[in-house]
Amino acid sequence: MARVWAFLTNTRGGARLHWTDWASYAYLTLGIFLMFGPVVWLVMSSFKTEADLQRYPPTFLPYQQETVMVDGYDDPLPLFLMTGGEYEGQVLAQLRRVGLQAQMIDPENPTERLRVTIDQREPVDRIALATENYTDLFERFSFLRYFWNSTFITIMATALMLLVNSMAAFALSKYEFRGRTTVLLLVISTLMIPQTVVLVPLFLIVTELGLFNSLWGVIIPGAATPTGVFLLRQYMLTIPDEILDAARMDKASEWKIYWRIILPLSAPAIAVLAILAIMWRWNDFLWPLIVLTQSENFTLQLALNSFQGELQTDWSSLLAMTVLTLLPIACVFMFLQKYIATGIASTGGK
Amino acid sequence: MLSLISPLMRIVEIPMLALQRLLGMNKLAWVFLAPNLVLFGLFAFLPVILNFSYATTGGDNVLLADRPDVGLRNFVQLTDCTNHFDPNSCREDKFWRAVWNTTWFVTLQVGFMVGFSLLTALILNRDIRARGFFRAVFFFPVLLSPVVVALIWKWILQREGVLNAFLDWTGAGGINWLVDAGWAFAWSVFISVWAHMGFYTLILLAGLQAIPRDVYEAAIMDRASPWRSLTRITLPLLAPTMLVVLVLALIKGVQTFDEVYAFTGGGPGTATTFIIQYIYERGFAGAPRLFGLAAAASLLVALVLILLTLVQLWLNRRNVDG
Repeated sequence: MARVWAFLTNTRGGARLHWTDWASYAYLTLGIFLMFGPVVWLVMSSFKTEADLQRYPPTFLPYQQETVMVDGYDDPLPLFLMTGGEYEGQVLAQLRRVGLQAQMIDPENPTERLRVTIDQREPVDRIALATENYTDLFERFSFLRYFWNSTFITIMATALMLLVNSMAAFALSKYEFRGRTTVLLLVISTLMIPQTVVLVPLFLIVTELGLFNSLWGVIIPGAATPTGVFLLRQYMLTIPDEILDAARMDKASEWKIYWRIILPLSAPAIAVLAILAIMWRWNDFLWPLIVLTQSENFTLQLALNSFQGELQTDWSSLLAMTVLTLLPIACVFMFLQKYIATGIASTGGK
Repeated sequence: MLSLISPLMRIVEIPMLALQRLLGMNKLAWVFLAPNLVLFGLFAFLPVILNFSYATTGGDNVLLADRPDVGLRNFVQLTDCTNHFDPNSCREDKFWRAVWNTTWFVTLQVGFMVGFSLLTALILNRDIRARGFFRAVFFFPVLLSPVVVALIWKWILQREGVLNAFLDWTGAGGINWLVDAGWAFAWSVFISVWAHMGFYTLILLAGLQAIPRDVYEAAIMDRASPWRSLTRITLPLLAPTMLVVLVLALIKGVQTFDEVYAFTGGGPGTATTFIIQYIYERGFAGAPRLFGLAAAASLLVALVLILLTLVQLWLNRRNVDG
């Protein structure tokens, strides 16, 4: 035990832990709790039944009340443990509750009806996952529709963005032509025009193009990004021109050079941009909110937002849907954490 | 996937080769640029120009031809106040409420965010175990969608939520967090710091790791205390990164909409209505659709953002030239 402790408190330099080290670990532990806690709580809650969600104070683990099938009754009856009165210690099934009284029966002896007051009993619970919260999503809501819309937008927008931005980056990194500096400045200046400040005219243009209430109205306007062009251009600048010249000697067309040489060689930068694009598009909210007004076109984000208004009390479906919405991004994160970190650090975000 | 793209690329090669013969190699660059420039033109530059037309016309028609010219009346309506610090004295009181809410929000949010990001980055930069794991812990909320962030915290903060249960248990008593204007605002600041902090932590951590090791070794030789090497070496050398982070956070803070809108809907009342929500509501959410006012307000926001972006570009100037 002492050796384990010595190992744990050992720092790389071999010195003992200073009080600042303790403070650091305390801060980081608090960080785990504060950053992961809410998401863990959400996931646990999403497996609770509607009745369990109403429980106050709430429990960490999801519980369900035990039920029992009794001869002569079609539905399963909830079980209660009697904590007082003449049946103390017995487990009874409830038939119905009337005010402060409840009609119970003994499952062993279902003919006799017993009358008890409700403060003399407590429910018999067991830990159980309410997976019906999830299955309900597919039956009661057009969840798959929203999921498909989100997926379609994310994939198409990412592909389009990669193609368009890498073509521009190729031109800006590998060609000497008049006006190159002007184009570079134009691209930079679009940094100053975030979607949020041109919502009204953007809406007109998208409507005029017939893209209002169409998924393409969300996909196309964001396809060209200054961030994407610059990220790829910086990377392509590091590819030696000699490779291109050699290919030209072999009579390769410029297009072939672009997609057979430049694109494969820029794969790391393209991967980073792809991950960022997937993240932005999957989580996009304001522009889809304006363009997609019919519920069959909703993305998951829009559906979640509109349901939280409508289903104020139906938290069980809402929580399950929230979990399913964050799941794809969580998976991407787990596998590609390193790339995401480098990508964000090198582009400075959007 | 590749088997699908390859033939497609080969088909595109035919017209591209023809263009190459026609234009020559260097002019072909424009063909490569064309899709991007068309998209920029159509969805970035054209909207900027049109925004001015919208801002100077009235009515609720989206087609510019059907909109009557009102000159600067939209701007007058927006800025007509007896006292700009008191939204009640303004003709467009909601705009000024949004302006002041946003100002307060950005000040608090950016302050807390930069402070906590710096603290976290400094701690993560120490000689600690499992650094990668802890970095991931602080970073992962960045990936969550704004709506998901809002719902996670709404669930925790609801009247019979886990936080109130905890407070009841300690005897402090629960609070109806999102019904109280002050608390709703405070929690909006909190969730937005929670959601975005990891991003700035990452940038600051990269900045810290770029500080050469030998500077610290020299400090140890001179028997400088850890506190002294923090205030005299680390912080001054980190200042450029801090500035970038500050400006980035300001640019994003001004545009805050998604998570707070999904979290509080701007309420209670207008307590958490920010400027982008004002634009959204005037232009798109309710009837009549006052595109003119929305566009005029957008222009005012754009002015602030352009100034901030220019500062950002100036700070980043080494990365963009060449």
